[in-house]
Amino acid sequence: MNIKDIMASMDYGPSPEDQGAAQAWLDAHDRRLGHFINGAFQGAASADLAVENPATGETLAHIPQAGQAEVDAAVKAAKIAFGPWSRKSGYERSQFLYAMARGLQKRERLFSVLETMDNGKAIRESRTADLPLAVRHFYHHAGWAAMAETEFSGQQALGVCGQIIPWNFPLLMLAWKVAPALAAGNTVVLKPADLTPLTSVAFAELLVEIGLPKGVVNIVQGGAETGALIVRHPDIAKIAFTGSTAVGREIRRETAGSGKRLTLELGGKSPFVICTDADLDAAVEGVVEGVWFNQGEVCCAGSRLLVQEGIAPRFLDKLRARVEKIRVGDPLDKSTDMGAIVSARQKSRIENLLANASRQGNRLEQSSCALPEQGHFVSPGFFADAEPASEISQVEIFGPIAVTTSFRTIDEAVDLANNTGYGLSASIWSENINAATELAARIKAGVVWINATNVFDANAPFGGVKESGFGREGAREGMQAYLEAIPTSRSKPAKPVDVDFSPTRLGEGPLDDALDRTMKNYVGGKQARPDGGASYVVRDHKNRPLGLAPLSARKDIRNAVEAATKAGAWAANAHGRAQVLFFLAENIAARASELISLLQNMTGTGKSEAGAEVQKTLERCFYYAGMADKDDGAIHATKPRHLTLAVKEPIGVVGVLASDNAPLLGLMSLILPLIAAGNRVVAIPSPAHALIAQALYQIFDTSDLPAGVVNLISGDRDVLAKTLAEHDAVDALWYHGSAPGAAAVEAGAAGNLKQVWTNAGTATDWFDDNVARGRQWTDMATQIKTIWVPYGA
Amino acid sequence: MSENWARNPGTALQRDRFEDVNINRTAAERRAANIASGRSVKKQHQAAWLLRAIQCIDLTTLAGDDTPGRVRRLCAKARQPVRHDLLSAMDVQDIGMTTGAVCVYPTMVRHAVQALQGSGIPVASVATGFPAGLTPMTQRLAEIHYAVDEGAAEIDIVITREHVLLGNWQALYDEICAMREACGDAHMKAILATGELGTLTNVYRASMVAMQAGSDFIKTSTGKEPVNATLPVSLTMLRAIRDYGEQTGHHVGFKPAGGLRTAKDAMAWLALMKEELGAPWLRPDLFRIGASSLLADIERQLEHHVTGRYASADHHALS
Repeated sequence: MNIKDIMASMDYGPSPEDQGAAQAWLDAHDRRLGHFINGAFQGAASADLAVENPATGETLAHIPQAGQAEVDAAVKAAKIAFGPWSRKSGYERSQFLYAMARGLQKRERLFSVLETMDNGKAIRESRTADLPLAVRHFYHHAGWAAMAETEFSGQQALGVCGQIIPWNFPLLMLAWKVAPALAAGNTVVLKPADLTPLTSVAFAELLVEIGLPKGVVNIVQGGAETGALIVRHPDIAKIAFTGSTAVGREIRRETAGSGKRLTLELGGKSPFVICTDADLDAAVEGVVEGVWFNQGEVCCAGSRLLVQEGIAPRFLDKLRARVEKIRVGDPLDKSTDMGAIVSARQKSRIENLLANASRQGNRLEQSSCALPEQGHFVSPGFFADAEPASEISQVEIFGPIAVTTSFRTIDEAVDLANNTGYGLSASIWSENINAATELAARIKAGVVWINATNVFDANAPFGGVKESGFGREGAREGMQAYLEAIPTSRSKPAKPVDVDFSPTRLGEGPLDDALDRTMKNYVGGKQARPDGGASYVVRDHKNRPLGLAPLSARKDIRNAVEAATKAGAWAANAHGRAQVLFFLAENIAARASELISLLQNMTGTGKSEAGAEVQKTLERCFYYAGMADKDDGAIHATKPRHLTLAVKEPIGVVGVLASDNAPLLGLMSLILPLIAAGNRVVAIPSPAHALIAQALYQIFDTSDLPAGVVNLISGDRDVLAKTLAEHDAVDALWYHGSAPGAAAVEAGAAGNLKQVWTNAGTATDWFDDNVARGRQWTDMATQIKTIWVPYGA
Repeated sequence: MSENWARNPGTALQRDRFEDVNINRTAAERRAANIASGRSVKKQHQAAWLLRAIQCIDLTTLAGDDTPGRVRRLCAKARQPVRHDLLSAMDVQDIGMTTGAVCVYPTMVRHAVQALQGSGIPVASVATGFPAGLTPMTQRLAEIHYAVDEGAAEIDIVITREHVLLGNWQALYDEICAMREACGDAHMKAILATGELGTLTNVYRASMVAMQAGSDFIKTSTGKEPVNATLPVSLTMLRAIRDYGEQTGHHVGFKPAGGLRTAKDAMAWLALMKEELGAPWLRPDLFRIGASSLLADIERQLEHHVTGRYASADHHALS
């Protein structure tokens, strides 16, 4: 083409990034890459799985797939390395993390070209997003390591962390996993996605170069089977997973009862709300960055466009014009906006979803751009007027296609935004700060961007709520996911009291209770008979009948959860919650003598010990009344002119299963931090000592506690726990019973991926303030919502 | 290059077309940065783009010490902006390579017209109390008439910033309409002095009023404000041009001025034009760059393209 012709067309022309160094790197490895275990590369000889360049179909290399022997070796190496590594000073660990950041920066081009060849993403994105963010993550965590002794005193590393990462941001996800784990003093067994292993091997070479002690980071190659071996390995203390919600569920079930910590960063169908007063051109660019970034293969893609009805036609016209400008093609070309889908399988998955949706009558509008003949390419586009009821509006596409629907009011936008099982992110477009912040407050998501989308920073916590997972990555909150409190005493196993739940025989009522009182469940602020109409006998410490408690079942839980769900207003007013908790203390004090004699009767404890339990309960009310308006979030230092708020929000409706020891204090030590933080609770008191509930609900009734905030249901702990664990409208579960019971609720929770916090079968000393109250409790009672508010007039 | 589009006749003042529009600055900055980093034009294509940039330059001298001699030198450069051997090497010696126009103060117009005789290169004159625009309206209009009478084919007017800052849209509209009338057949470029308008929202609204009042071009800056042409400001004005085009069907040109000094700047602005408005706005009838030192940098880049060696400024003629 001569210059005159080009002056006529004014085309961009080709601008290929040089792939010579990356190809030479592959050649130098004979195009066979292996595992990195205990500081050594191995397994390349048995490499049999082809790694493809999705843009060309070219086989780039082969990798092996780690089996039991390799995973065992990696975990063993990490276990041996853990002691010395965790004992290193923060400064020493910091130096290694700093070296990782520097090392990546110095080879920015090799890593970004490898990433683009391996994944298919545009080189512009590898260079301006993946690499700089990965580097930033290592710098940030070099800082945390250096500060660890003062910032995380009293806490310790967990041990060997198994980390399983996806193919959409291979190196960046590696950085998100490895950096905080190492900064906190853990060691790592990491499995990259088998579709995108290249940069993990290059990173391992970097680790050799900087002299990281062997075994601190181990990388095993392979697919889902290798992942399962890591998840099941008994010597792993924590599993951190980023990937699909379906696999997240499997991991939840697989790790149930194992004592492994778990953080899951899963899928999404994130709302992207465009209000009438939005800067429409800015919002259109938001869609480009939200849905057409990284070929739409982004868990937090703002793929559900909710457009206020009045501006919807204009907005869609602008979107139509904009999608035509997206340049799809050779990912190594520097002017390419969108590269290739990662694999043929992923491409056909996307195309099947689109075809089904079109068959169901949804109107797909795609860019008319020409696609390369080779490679796995999909044109960017959107479904105009995809109603919420259509399947395509509900499933995660993980491709460059948005769905759009309209809304009329802010309230309706909130309802539509939250009408999904997911809760990863949300993007809100409005120039009206009142509308934007109201939407940010009410949409259920772990990350909210106002007038922006897909903005990330190592110092901004990232992670989801609901079925998008739990746990945060980045910032102090992300560090916390790799640390635990140093235990102050040896844990003792919990000894749940055996209770005979067989329905009461007539004539077997309380022996010498002067006043025959009828205990009921407490649901929505009212006393309620159990649905089954049956009771069981609560006995004293000498096995004498003491009273009858409702023998509750599934429907009682259902009713209680509904009552709790309706009490959402409780979350709004922190000072109001504090007042109620103070008042609660007052009323407990007024009934102290009654509570003391009840505790004595139920448990056979001495008067002074029962008195101490009541006193401690009072103190705990005061403590959490104090915390109610002081368990603040944070404002994180991220990018210039980006206010970045980490707001602590209640989780929602939480199931509580109390222990048998200290039936009053134990129960209230679980309920109080939860309601102080704004949650609503469905609590099962100790089945053996269920009569405590009767005393408590009378106190609740007189303490201005709004209906539904605390609901008390008595019955068989593990039967009711199962219903709570499987209930999709219960957002979290705190379980204090037997070890097998804890395992069962963890497995049962896989349905909606609710957060489960158990005693793992150990007994908690409720009298020990260091253990049974504090920030750890309110942290568990809340989840972080990161709200990005870029500003500038 | 001949004009392809009918002149913008303007419309009535239509406040509903701009009063509800708000521009988000952070988002505009992000988009501008993405365009600059996301488009790469290399080799032959880069040479072609740079030649096109030259064709869009309003080669400018607007200094208190301008003289007839200085203006004549500038005009000579406008006629022959690139060394002939370089044009031949690129096989474009026959395309009549000139800058888009020469831009001077009103009293320098006659010298420029003389020097450009027969070249087809239009002379643009600033007017209306450039750069502050705070002289009385009668004088400002008289200045337009003077420049047109002297032979200026294009008039770069300045607006009263006060009208924007106080939201006096009617006053702004009336002022620009009067200036457009005074221009007659001469094309009018409305300088918004965006560096003094405070917000991008004001930039958008002022752009809309200027177009509704019949401007042929909207222009960012006089070159004398503390901040002149920036990519986010340009992006905002281009979106106003696009919206106005969709509303009326009229094509309005764009001229960034001040701050474009390097070949790389020129490439970024061309990419911005192409992405936001499309091919018609990559030609001098709808795109001009107000610059004085930009040409020298482009010449050196073109020489590098031809020879493969980095160039010295000494090898390119001064203006």
